[in-house]
Amino acid sequence: MSVTVKIPTPLRPLTRGRDSVQVAGATARQVLESLEKECAGIRARVCDERGEMRRFVNLFLNDEDIRHLQGLDTLVKDGDILSIVPAIAGGAEAGSANSLRGKQG
Amino acid sequence: MLILDPEAENAMRDHTESGYPHEVCGLLLGRCDAGSEMRRVAEARPAANLNLERAADRYELSPADFLRIEREARSRELEVVGVYHSHPDHPSRPSETDRLRAEEIWQSSESWSYLILEVASGGMASRRSWVLKQGIFAEEEIQVLPFRR
Ligand SMILES: [Zn+2]
Repeated sequence: MSVTVKIPTPLRPLTRGRDSVQVAGATARQVLESLEKECAGIRARVCDERGEMRRFVNLFLNDEDIRHLQGLDTLVKDGDILSIVPAIAGGAEAGSANSLRGKQG
Repeated sequence: MLILDPEAENAMRDHTESGYPHEVCGLLLGRCDAGSEMRRVAEARPAANLNLERAADRYELSPADFLRIEREARSRELEVVGVYHSHPDHPSRPSETDRLRAEEIWQSSESWSYLILEVASGGMASRRSWVLKQGIFAEEEIQVLPFRR
């Protein structure tokens, strides 16, 4: 299976500037393993030490969040597009906004 | 350095002011010229803030919107070069939560801008842009110039 992995701009130093990388694999997990062989260091941006997906990163298989499918065990097929999508966020630390002047989200 | 198209800046101003007193967020579309730390922004595109419980002081940019906007950018030979969000009644400095969430995703993101717009009493009061370098936000200069391909 050949799958296209879409890379967000800030991770492109790890792909030598490429915005997408074609790799092989039968599941999302295998695709990430192949991607890691091609672009060392990228899997650690998506998965934690236990090999599970980081909380603030999403993988979309075509239009579907793989957390709504079978996660990293989701099967992929030839021609699929797997997009790495960050969960971009910010916010205040705690307490009321007034006590946090300068520390808000 | 971040170079903002004037129309993009107006679009962000309208978005942040109409969203006040809630935080709003969106993505910056443009070009990052190879080997340069200069990002040129052509357009600003609003995205949904999924944090409804604390919409006054948090934002969580919808990943589905990220995917949709990024796809549209690519089809027009632009890329997502950063994110903007508003700080209602707070200065345009990143919060510690902004820093932690940015660090958790990117560690460093020298090819990506975090633009923060301060909205005070409903009007845009200031905007500053930041780049994450080894877990620390450094301010970058902003210039307003029309975008050219
Ligand atoms: Zn913030």
